[in-house]
Parts: sequence; structure tokens; C-alpha cells
Amino acid sequence: MHLGRREPSNMKRAIPARWLAHACRVLALGVIGVAPALADVVGKDGKIHVTYWEKWVSFEGIAMQATIDAFNASQDKIVVDYYPTSQVDRKVLVATAGGDPPDVAGLWVQNIATFADANALMPLDDFIREDGMTSEEWLARYYPAFAHICTYRGQVFAGISTPAVIALHWNKTLFREAGLDPEKPPRTVAELNEFARKLTKRDPKTGRLVQMGFLPQEPGWWPWIFARWFGGELFDGERVTIGTDPRNLEALRWVASYTHEYGRDDVRTFASGFSGHALNAQSGFMNGKVAMVFQGVWFDNYIRQYKPGLDYGVGPWPEAVPGVSDFAMTEADVLVIPRGAKNPRAAWEFIKFANSHNPQARTREELSGIELTCFLQAKSSPLRAWSPFFGKNHPHPYIGIFRELSASPHAVSVPQMGIWQEYNREFMLVFEQTRLALAKPEEAIAYCQKRMSASWARYQKSLIRHGQVAASTDAREKTEDAR
Amino acid sequence: MTPAEKKNVFTGLAFTSLWIVGLCVFTAYPVIASLYYSFCDYSILKSAVWIGGENYRELVTDDLFWKSLGNTLLYAALSVPLGTAVALALAMLLNCDVRGRSFFRVVFYLPSIVPVVASSMLWLWIFNGEYGLLNGLISPVLGWFGLTPPAWFTDPTWAKPALVLMSLWGVGNAMVIYLAGLQNVPKELYEAAAIDGASAWRRFWHVTLPGIAPVVYFNVVMGLIGSLQIFAQAYIISDAANGGTGTHDGAPARSLLFYTMHLFTTAFHDLRMGYASAMAYVLFIVIAALTWLATRLSRRHVE
Repeated sequence: MHLGRREPSNMKRAIPARWLAHACRVLALGVIGVAPALADVVGKDGKIHVTYWEKWVSFEGIAMQATIDAFNASQDKIVVDYYPTSQVDRKVLVATAGGDPPDVAGLWVQNIATFADANALMPLDDFIREDGMTSEEWLARYYPAFAHICTYRGQVFAGISTPAVIALHWNKTLFREAGLDPEKPPRTVAELNEFARKLTKRDPKTGRLVQMGFLPQEPGWWPWIFARWFGGELFDGERVTIGTDPRNLEALRWVASYTHEYGRDDVRTFASGFSGHALNAQSGFMNGKVAMVFQGVWFDNYIRQYKPGLDYGVGPWPEAVPGVSDFAMTEADVLVIPRGAKNPRAAWEFIKFANSHNPQARTREELSGIELTCFLQAKSSPLRAWSPFFGKNHPHPYIGIFRELSASPHAVSVPQMGIWQEYNREFMLVFEQTRLALAKPEEAIAYCQKRMSASWARYQKSLIRHGQVAASTDAREKTEDAR
Repeated sequence: MTPAEKKNVFTGLAFTSLWIVGLCVFTAYPVIASLYYSFCDYSILKSAVWIGGENYRELVTDDLFWKSLGNTLLYAALSVPLGTAVALALAMLLNCDVRGRSFFRVVFYLPSIVPVVASSMLWLWIFNGEYGLLNGLISPVLGWFGLTPPAWFTDPTWAKPALVLMSLWGVGNAMVIYLAGLQNVPKELYEAAAIDGASAWRRFWHVTLPGIAPVVYFNVVMGLIGSLQIFAQAYIISDAANGGTGTHDGAPARSLLFYTMHLFTTAFHDLRMGYASAMAYVLFIVIAALTWLATRLSRRHVE
């Protein structure tokens, strides 16, 4: 889409035919990537216009726009046009099926496997190779957890648009009131439970909960992480393992222990006052209702907006597996090139820019690429090397903790499987049944194992029907040969 | 056919051609295509592969299909009779000759034109377990009996009843139709019944209800179809009240997983368009069957 361009008069007559052809393409759902684009399309202004659909509109969108502006100013051949797009995954899905996708799409990490399995994403390995690097060299620039996010089945499918690391946040004021040292967060799960007990208060008259030290369901966005935190595996690359790895059960039993200790109905009533409001003025953490939460690097942005001056600390996850004191959860929003994009080469140039940085930057103006985006979003960089300015002048007061956790060998992310969204929903049910005491953890886990094993078998069968497993294997072998 | 008649036919077709093309492209084609896809392994991103009746066979053994269908039928079984009773009762009250009748009609109709997102957010707060207006009112009463109010949308037991109560907020449309129906009941019948000494209940049962039977039938069928397709309220509320996880799986514990929500997540989260198409056709058959049943049961009463 080229904004602000007027059609010459001789082109106007051709419009109905073009519209008809376009409509036919859109209606031809099910036929993707009609023909791979061989060359980028140069517009009438002599520049290649890269369309970029992204989900952000708030401070994250403003930050990415700054990076886009920097990219557009850095050269004179490509212009990136940014389109804030709600429900971007669904829109990219339909546009890709219709053969008219954006050149760059800002998706979520869990979309990569699903879209890649459907042959809807372009691997980036060829572009990387054309730029004189191997995929391994390209990926080695990232912390391992983020390099893992960018790859699927041995190929690079994504760049990072914004990274996230999740860590323990605690309210220092509430720690002081409970007689705890505000500078010493819990180091183990046992300590977390003990601190939570000390930080929990009830109304002396009614007995209702008025403050809790910790609640497993706050914010409740990634309950599966508790299984990984306890050392469990949900997927071993071949099979669903929620029901076969005993550490998953251990994690769920720990979740259930909170229900048993504090009372299901009491907790439910108490939590309903702030459930679903983790990032606004009703936040349980910001209002001193919950003393400890696991939250992402983004949380500080919201604290500054809704509860400026809140005295809080950030630290690593307490030790759940003996000896693992640097467990971390990593997440990312990603940049991909949908198959059928008209300007894939130019799209890659932008992704490359947005995933690079100026290692010598000593001023805000010298920040570039991912560091510019992350600095303006107050987030950590997924790259191993940080420029002097980025590290020293970062707006997040605890950015050092997030950097340490990014580098952790025990940092984990969303399992890479095409049915992860379904698996996540099933795990969410396990979590809810456990915390609401609707089922014993072992029963809930067994049911999930049964359903997901069947779903995984069905998914594999579908891939084989579409010839996708063989194609992916070929691609992996090709990549390995190239190495 | 005379030349003049032929000309008339072509002129008519020309004037309606836009609508016909629209119907074919935007209604007929998707309906037929989705029937075909219901027999396919189809993800929208890959070409459809014919798999015969596999999707329909899987539906029979899919726990979630039955769970969502059960939730939906239960919701319909609660909301349609309750909505009918409340709408009819309001219409009868507003049909009385009282001062400010027009004002009250407007007041009771207004909620039905509030956008569903806005009304859902409002009811989220009304039913909030900790700070909700409703619990604030009933807590003292329940307290006399040593009971505590439920947490409504975050309690699997109470989430559906809460949604049913919330659905009463939108009875304005049905109420207006009942009101129109009530005004068409001949006044002479009421006068004759009164002369015969009929009580208010007998007048309602033997005069009013038979007089508005076609209207009741229409509202019940429309209510049934609407309640079987419930989506937006449940989609917003189940997510917002239970952590905003974005999974849209009918939290808490799938108590609000209605049929269309399950269909939506199957299609657009799991990309199983073929399976979702099969679900859509099953829903179509369920609605058609229940509508037929309603027609059969009301045949004796509806002229």
C-alpha cells in the first residue's frame, strides 16, 4: 500500500480490472503464496515501500515508530510504512491466505510454529547467508533464550521486535510492615511460601483476606511456567509430557497448597477485586493487595504511570529446583516475513536493522535498532552485547537483573509446537481446576495429557496430509548441510 | 411471455442484480464453501484436503464439543423462559394506564441499545465479588443466615447464572414487541371477562396469553436463536473477570465456554477451519431442530 500517491489518468481505467484481480486473490482462500516474490517492488517515488503490521499503539508503538524513522533515515531506497493492527495474528493469517500479506508482520512468539508449519512464513536463513553470515553467527548475537525463540525446526523464522523477561517483583513497603528485610527477597520456594504467610493479612472482624503475600493466579497469564520452574517438561520435541514428567505434578501440588492454606472461597472473593487488572490502576500489586508477583520487564512502565513512587524490588525466581538459582522466563514479540510478501528482501533489511545495534553508542542519539526500541520501551535488549549508553542510562531501575536473567542458561520460553495455543488453554484448565479445587492435580494433569496427546497425533497427521513434515525435515537437513 | 413482460423481467433483474451478486458472493458462496470445508482438513493457510466425515466423527467424541453444547443449552434453558417472563411482565406493567408511562417505556428500553462491550464492562463491576454493587446489597441479608455472597463471574458455579441475570438487561426489544401485541388484544374481551367475574390471573391466562400467542412464539424463537449463539458477552466477561489471559476458553474452568466461543477458538486460534465448519453446521441443525420443536409445541396455541 502506497500512501499519498495519485493514480495517473491512464491508470484509472485499469482500476476495475485490478480490483477484480485483487478480489479474486482475496477470495481464493486456501491458496497461499501464489508465487514467491522474486524481486521487490519499486514504487513511483523510486523507493521500496515495506508494509509493516504491528499490534502496538501505545508507548511500544511510539518506540517502534522511532526505530522505523531511524531506519528510513539511514538509507534512501526503502521506506517502512507502519500500520497499527489489532488482532494482528488473525489479520495476517487471512491476508496471507489471500495472497496479499504485509511485508513485515509483528506476531507473538507462539505464532511462529503454527505459521511456519503451515508454510506461511519465509525462512530468513537465505537472507542471512546473502549478507555474508551463517545462521549460527546471526543467532550467536542473541542471548540463547532469544536465539531459541527466533528459530523453529532448524531454520530462522523471526527477529525480535521486543523482548521480555519475567522476574519476581516485591513490595518493599509491605515487606517492612511484615518485619521482613525489604532488600532480601525469597531465595527458595520454601522461603516464598513462608514470606507469603507473613505477608498475608485478614480483617480481624470479618476474617476476610485484605492482603496476600503471593497468589499463583496473579497475574495468571502463564501458569505453564510453574511447571518449567519446578524443572518439568511439557513437550520433549516428539511427545506431550505433561503427564509423564513428575515435576509437573509437583508444581501443580504447590499451586493447590495455596488454595488449601488460604481457603478457596476467601481467595476467590479477595482476588476478584483486581483479577484481570494487573497493568492498570486496579492492580493488586500496585495497590498493596499482593506483596509478590512474577511480572515482566514492562511492569515498571505501568508502575511509573499508575503508582509512581511505589517502593518495589526485582529479583530472580526463587529456587524451585535445587541448584537452579537463575531460572527465568523469556518471551518476545517477533518480526516475520509472511510468505507471499511483495518486498521480502527490503523487509529483511528492516528486520536486520531492528535486530542490530550500535555497539559504540554513548548518547541517546547514537542508539540504534533494537537498543533504540528497547530503550524507549524501557526493556532489556535480547542481544548479548550492550552499548555503553544503553547499559548505563537505561530508564528501568532494575535492568541489570533482567540482563542477568536473559543470559541465564536456565531461561525458558514457550514450547515450540504448532498446537501450543490449544495446549496453553488445556494447561490453563489444569491450573484452574487445581487452584479452584475442582480436581486433584494428578487427575487434571492426566486429562490434559490424554487430550493433548490426541491433539498432537491429529496435528502430526494433518502435517503429513499436507506434506509439511517431509518439507520441514528437508529444510532442516538442507540447513545442516549448509553448516 | 410477451416482449413487454420480458422487458419487465430483465429490468427487475437488473435492479436486483447487485443484491443477487451480493447474496451469491457474500452469503451463498461462504455457506456452500463451509459445507465443503466441513469435510476437509483445512487450516486457511494450507489447501483443503478431503477427509470425508472425520470432522463429524471427531465431534461425537470431543469432550469440549459436548461441554460447550451443554453450557449453551443450559444457558438457553435458563435465559429464554426468564427473559420471556420478565419482558412480558414489564410490557404488561407498561401497558397500564399510569402517569409517566412513556418515560418508563423509554427507561426500560434504553439498556437494550447500550453496546454489548459497554454493558459487559458495567456488569463486570456489578457482579464483582469484592467490590460489586450486587454483593454490597445482598451481603447484609445473607449475613443474617451466616452466608456469604458468591464471586459470580469468577466462580464456575455462579458464572452462568450471573450471565443469565445479565441477559435480562437486554429484554427491551422483546418488551416493545410484547407491548405492541398487548395493544392488539381486543378490549371487549377483557370487558366480557370482567363481567363474567374473571380474576386478573384468569383474564391473563384466558384472554391476554391467547391474544398474544403469535408474539410470544416469535419472541421465544428469536430468543432461543440468540441465546444459542451467545458470544460477545461471554467472550468479554470470562476473559476480563479471570485474569485477562486472552485464551478465551470460557474461564472460570470452562463454565462460560459456549458453543460459538469454542467454534471461534477452534477456527482462529487453532486454525482448524474444517472442524469449525463442521461445528457450525451442527449448530445450524441444533437451532433448526429446536425451532421446529418450538413450532410443533406452539401449533395448537398460535393461529
